[in-house]
Amino acid sequence: MRVLPNWKSGVRPRVGAPLRALLPILLLALATGCGVEYPQSTIDPRSDFAEIIHGLYVSIFWWTMLILAVVWIALSWTLVKFRARPDDPKPKQIRGHLGLEIGWTVGPALIVVAIAIPTIQAVFATQRPLEGDPIVVEVTGHRFWWEFHYPEQGVTTANELWLPVDRPVSLRLGSVDVIHSFWVPLLGGKRDVNPVRAVREGQDPRYNWLYFTPNEPGLYMGQCAEFCGESHAFMSMRVNVVTEGDFDAWVAGWFDSSGAAIPGDPGVIEGADPEAGTAVGPRDDEVESGMATAQAGDAADDDLVATGRDIFLNQAACGACHAITGTAAQGDIGPNLTLFGLRTSLAAGIMENTPENLAAWIIDPERFKPGVNMPGTGYNMESRIVAGSPFFWPATGLDDEQVRAVSAYLLSLR
Amino acid sequence: MSTATIDQAHAGHSTHDEPTGLWSWITTVDHKRIAIMYFITATFFFFVGGVEALIIRMQLWNPEQSLISPELYNQLFTMHGTTMVFLVAMPMAVAFFNYVVPLQIGARDVAFPRLNALSYWIFLFGGIYINLGWFIGQAPHASWVGYSTLTSSAYSPGLNTDFWFIGLSIIGIASIAGGVNFITTIVNMRAPGMKMMRMPLFTWMTFVTSFLLITAIPVIAVALIFLGFDRTFGSVFFEPAMGGDPVLWQHLFWIFGHPEVYILILPAFGVISDVIPTFSRKPLFGYPIVVYAGILIGFIGWGVWSHHMFTVGLGPIADSFFVAATMIIAIPTGVKIFNWIATMWGGSVQFTTAMLFSVGLLAVFTVGGLSGIMHASAPVNLQQHDSYFVVAHFHYVIVGGAMMGLWAGLYYWFPKVTGKFLDETLGKWHFWTTMVGFNLTFFPMHFSGLFGMPRRIYTYSAELNVDLYNQLSTVGAFIFGISALIMAWNIYRSARRGAPAGPNPWNAATLEWSIPSPPHHYNFPEIPVVRSREPLWNAGEREEVLAVTMPDPAEEPVMPVPSYWPILLAFAITLAWALVMTGIWWVIVLGIVPVFFCVLMWAFEPAFPEGH
Repeated sequence: MRVLPNWKSGVRPRVGAPLRALLPILLLALATGCGVEYPQSTIDPRSDFAEIIHGLYVSIFWWTMLILAVVWIALSWTLVKFRARPDDPKPKQIRGHLGLEIGWTVGPALIVVAIAIPTIQAVFATQRPLEGDPIVVEVTGHRFWWEFHYPEQGVTTANELWLPVDRPVSLRLGSVDVIHSFWVPLLGGKRDVNPVRAVREGQDPRYNWLYFTPNEPGLYMGQCAEFCGESHAFMSMRVNVVTEGDFDAWVAGWFDSSGAAIPGDPGVIEGADPEAGTAVGPRDDEVESGMATAQAGDAADDDLVATGRDIFLNQAACGACHAITGTAAQGDIGPNLTLFGLRTSLAAGIMENTPENLAAWIIDPERFKPGVNMPGTGYNMESRIVAGSPFFWPATGLDDEQVRAVSAYLLSLR
Repeated sequence: MSTATIDQAHAGHSTHDEPTGLWSWITTVDHKRIAIMYFITATFFFFVGGVEALIIRMQLWNPEQSLISPELYNQLFTMHGTTMVFLVAMPMAVAFFNYVVPLQIGARDVAFPRLNALSYWIFLFGGIYINLGWFIGQAPHASWVGYSTLTSSAYSPGLNTDFWFIGLSIIGIASIAGGVNFITTIVNMRAPGMKMMRMPLFTWMTFVTSFLLITAIPVIAVALIFLGFDRTFGSVFFEPAMGGDPVLWQHLFWIFGHPEVYILILPAFGVISDVIPTFSRKPLFGYPIVVYAGILIGFIGWGVWSHHMFTVGLGPIADSFFVAATMIIAIPTGVKIFNWIATMWGGSVQFTTAMLFSVGLLAVFTVGGLSGIMHASAPVNLQQHDSYFVVAHFHYVIVGGAMMGLWAGLYYWFPKVTGKFLDETLGKWHFWTTMVGFNLTFFPMHFSGLFGMPRRIYTYSAELNVDLYNQLSTVGAFIFGISALIMAWNIYRSARRGAPAGPNPWNAATLEWSIPSPPHHYNFPEIPVVRSREPLWNAGEREEVLAVTMPDPAEEPVMPVPSYWPILLAFAITLAWALVMTGIWWVIVLGIVPVFFCVLMWAFEPAFPEGH
């Protein structure tokens, strides 16, 4: 049923760098055969933050292996050497030995100190903003998707976070509903995305922050790591780390493809500019994926896109929840769909962004993501109450042809 | 008198002096019968929680599988965790407290026998209540930690979370009452000469655990009552939009939750501290150190709760404090392990099933302890927290530690309870299938976690490449399930047709082995005088003790009378809590009336037969 995004189109994890991961990787190689890819591996760091954690993990790993070896060898030796034999005399009744007690208290204590000191150094090192000119992104957790707002660039996107490589990042984390947790293992540890508490006037609300510098371009997988309800498993994300130039082009495309935002005037902006999409396309191999079919710009398709745009903005009122820069669609309840055609995945990283998947999603989101707030085309599924709000979303009532048009329109946004 | 003659003298020991029949069990205040009921109930829930786990494992067999719905999956893992912690591991330890502690300290019963019965009935009704949601498809579904705001009425509008917070509140009463009971018993009812530092280690660990119970359970009680007020009366303790703080829930939960880990593990440590010396034929190495290490673990256990919250964003200073405290607690735990090994060193180690489980605990619990050190390091924790690595870790600690210890206790004390051995051949099958099934289930989870599989997910993407590890885990889980069936069959069969065991089949050192198996309902005809830590291993002392504990007394000691008020009061308390679900204030107030009535009747009922 669900088709997942094609990881292979992204950058491959470096399975060939086993020295840094040492034994865990060796064990795993034994267990699985070599060459298997782990796109959410915690032991394959691609940022400064992830590297600090990994270095710490490897050193602690070896300390614990040492302790484990001591305990297991002592235990096995004792069991073999002192197993009962039929003619055993009554063993000598020894009640203790102060020297030994001191020894096995002090020994482990020293190991603990050896682990605790670099740990506490790393705790402080990873919890302060990085030097340089960090790019700030405000991450908002929703059930069950991610919103990414770049205050400096004026861009608001969803589920696929674009970051320039080698530039420090400061993620500001806040949730509008329950607790989520932002976790892209290759780029570093997770941090909870807590609901933002109401504060008195004059006080600043408190947010969590994550600081890291991605050091290799690529498409990274991540997902919500704090149980957030029915579709917690379907709250994934992608982080697209690109060169500075590609990033700037993407930001520019955000405004170019649709012009300046003119709320309330759906007529001003023409739909898609295929050129803009190609210009900022992050990777050559992406052209092979399904979305490319949507941009073969013949006249029939242009009609379909125009129809879809009309349905999106008027008939189905998708803009009540979704925003597309430069159109009347300015809702802020659901994901912002500007440049939607550039996204590799759909519905918070749970399937590949193809016309077929998109149509299936528009027809019945509940089928893919139980508990989702978005209505389908019919009442064949349970309408969900938007959490905390008293009203139901009506079904859109679109037929298959209309759904196809809306899909075409959305995929043309690139 | 030699052991052999005593065994013969009591081979025909009958229990004619004890009432039989269902009513006698319902009204019993005998700590031994209450212990048996605790054990059977906890074992029943063990199978319930086990079936839940097996369904979870089947759903995770393949990536992107949808054998069951996400909502049902969430209910299953929530109830698996809740059941295994509150309805299995804790009450099974309490079963051993109940049976063994009075016998080990030379007491005829616990300090408050009716309160003891009340604890059991409250636990039973609470356990049933929390499971009632299954029958209307609304079992608890917000995970066993119930993080706010997922438990608020906005995000959990059904009855699911009501069953959870009310059920846990009810069960908590049983634990607090039990803790009070055992502290009082151990402080006041030890046999003459049994100083604190002569107590068997199991009694010591019961003592420490009881303090943890009466201090930790009230904290979760407070949290649950806050939650109840938020859900039922619209207060805003955890409501961020109104300035409430969801993180407050996490602090309260883990201030309870971490001592809870020691509530689970210390009884197991106590069991193996008694089992290992017995089967090594040597006294416990470093007795005072092992005792102090247990006490120290209990104390430091209070200062480590936020290591469950390193991802919450408490800031580097708080993180560093909890890193240090958490690492420090590893030291006394390590000291215990070395002392157990030293106890066996130079001994004559007999590999009975009880001993196998104790040794198995040492081997696998160490793995759990060491993975714990990994995520005690806060930055590393940011990668491992809420991943399957942590699932592996705490199962190594709770199954590999607590449950293995309790199964050691089962094989060790079963002959005392029934007068019959558990079958050793089946026992060895039980042990080895447990070891294989357990490790095959949980060891691969280290890998699925390291490769980025979060916990509490209904399904996982095929891209993660963790299907192999998940399939190994699923196979292991079924082998583990088979081991549980072997155990159940062994208990059933041996209770009926097991080889007869004398008063002291293991040649153990402590007082519970000085009386017939099974013991008289009054335990000790005359209370023995204790002069050492191992009264039955010291030639002279042994004769003195047996001289007063073995003969049938001319006149039986007077014991507390049976009472039906404990079960009625337990029912009234459960009902009163259940009525909170209505949300109507006068119904809730009215629900308290039967509680007062039962308390009143209880208070005026004489505890002992007339004339005593």
